[in-house]
Amino acid sequence: MAKYLLLKHYRGAPAAVNDVPMDQWSQDEITAHVKYMGDFADRLRESGEFVDERALAPEGTWVRYDGEGRPPVTDGPFAETKDLIAGWMIIDVDSYERALELAAELSAAPGKDGKPIHEWLELRPFYGHPPTITE
Amino acid sequence: MIDATLLRSLTPGVIGVLVRRGADFAAAEDAVQDALVEAVRVWQRDPPRDPKGWLVTAAWRKFLDATRADTARRRREDAVDAEPEPGQARDTDDTLQLYFLCAHPSLTPSSAVALTLRAVGGLTTRQIAQAYLVPEATMAQRISRAKKTVSTVRFDQPGDVATVLRVLYLVFNEGYSGDVDLAAEAIRLTRQLVAVIDHPEVAGLLALMLLHHARRASRTTGDGKLVPLAEQDRAKWDTAMIAEGVEVLQAALARDRLGEFQAQAAIAALHADAPTAEETDWVQIVEWYDELLAVTDSPVVRLNRAVAVGEADGPRAGLKALAELDETLPRYSAVAAYLHERDGDRRTAARLYAEAAKKASNLAEREYLTRQAARLNN
Repeated sequence: MAKYLLLKHYRGAPAAVNDVPMDQWSQDEITAHVKYMGDFADRLRESGEFVDERALAPEGTWVRYDGEGRPPVTDGPFAETKDLIAGWMIIDVDSYERALELAAELSAAPGKDGKPIHEWLELRPFYGHPPTITE
Repeated sequence: MIDATLLRSLTPGVIGVLVRRGADFAAAEDAVQDALVEAVRVWQRDPPRDPKGWLVTAAWRKFLDATRADTARRRREDAVDAEPEPGQARDTDDTLQLYFLCAHPSLTPSSAVALTLRAVGGLTTRQIAQAYLVPEATMAQRISRAKKTVSTVRFDQPGDVATVLRVLYLVFNEGYSGDVDLAAEAIRLTRQLVAVIDHPEVAGLLALMLLHHARRASRTTGDGKLVPLAEQDRAKWDTAMIAEGVEVLQAALARDRLGEFQAQAAIAALHADAPTAEETDWVQIVEWYDELLAVTDSPVVRLNRAVAVGEADGPRAGLKALAELDETLPRYSAVAAYLHERDGDRRTAARLYAEAAKKASNLAEREYLTRQAARLNN
């Protein structure tokens, strides 16, 4: 019983095996990809392991505090930002092995020529609650 | 005001009656859940004289409503007439069978936990979902799949009490205290189990839970900071609960069938027994760790034993015991940091505390370990 974040990147992940950008796929290939993602989420709902999924717009704004009484400073987007998150899925599973298995399944989503993208996903454990019995 | 705990304590018995009348477990469980919801609504203005009888009637009606096929209904109604009213002994057996079924080895730990909380504990799917911070639909699915998994298991099949204890331990130890107090619920379910099965390890687990639960108020500060055992305000410990835990444990130990939960409870009892941290009987605690290792040898037990050795025989002895263990064990760095500080090596301790903070599995522990590193660095 542990929660994991499966993180997808627009940019910053190591190159995928089938690394052709989506704007160069056929309509059918895009449809097949979207369907795969939807089916994957449905399977997780069905297995009782789904927590959440979200997608993020690629363009964001950098914001910081600029001192008492002053408006926040904004900047960006920066083209040089290495890590650009595209979205995530949160799962609640029995083991780390199961989390790996699901991440691999998600990474197998079809891309160009209907072949798996082999996209690199980042798997991050959530902090849990401190256990009661420790000694 | 309805006593929700009393209401929920009737759940297993009512499911048992329905199953014996011919309902399959999954349908019986659903019907009893529906009846519980109705009870909360109706009892407020019209409390029944016989709560269990009321629930059986309501649940059976719900079950029949859910069963559409007329022929099947007629057959089941005949079965009702043929069935004598349940006696106390049957009720006890049913409750125990439900524990076995909900902790069946074919279930994953999270499914067994969810099913136990619903079918034995009488919690709603929403309450269980909130307690484990997952969407209600996800928890509903988990429970329904779990029911499907055990659908072919015969209700009267003997089960393994060890699997039940593991599930209850999980509920207690990994429970998040939100709307539903899972630690208290685990204690209630273990108490109920003690009442229906005579087994020293069941008593051992109950004692272990009580002895740890008794320290709950002192374990964290108001703002959620962890307080280690040695620094806890022992005046905040629940002495009545400790006394009960010790009594339960002594009765179990007298049976001379030691198991891991009794040994763990014995260690907790020795901590609870010390008026101050300095007066802790570490020599006896090390002996109990040796007993624990004899019944269940695990790296985590060896790690905790190294801490106890460090207290009993000095930090060097503790470090020596630690050196025999795998450095990748969870909390290894934290233990090493503690022993090195006790040994006077503040620099190594600070480095190890910082390392341990990075490997912590929860935020409270990470913050605690980071503070230890910061304390030694400044």
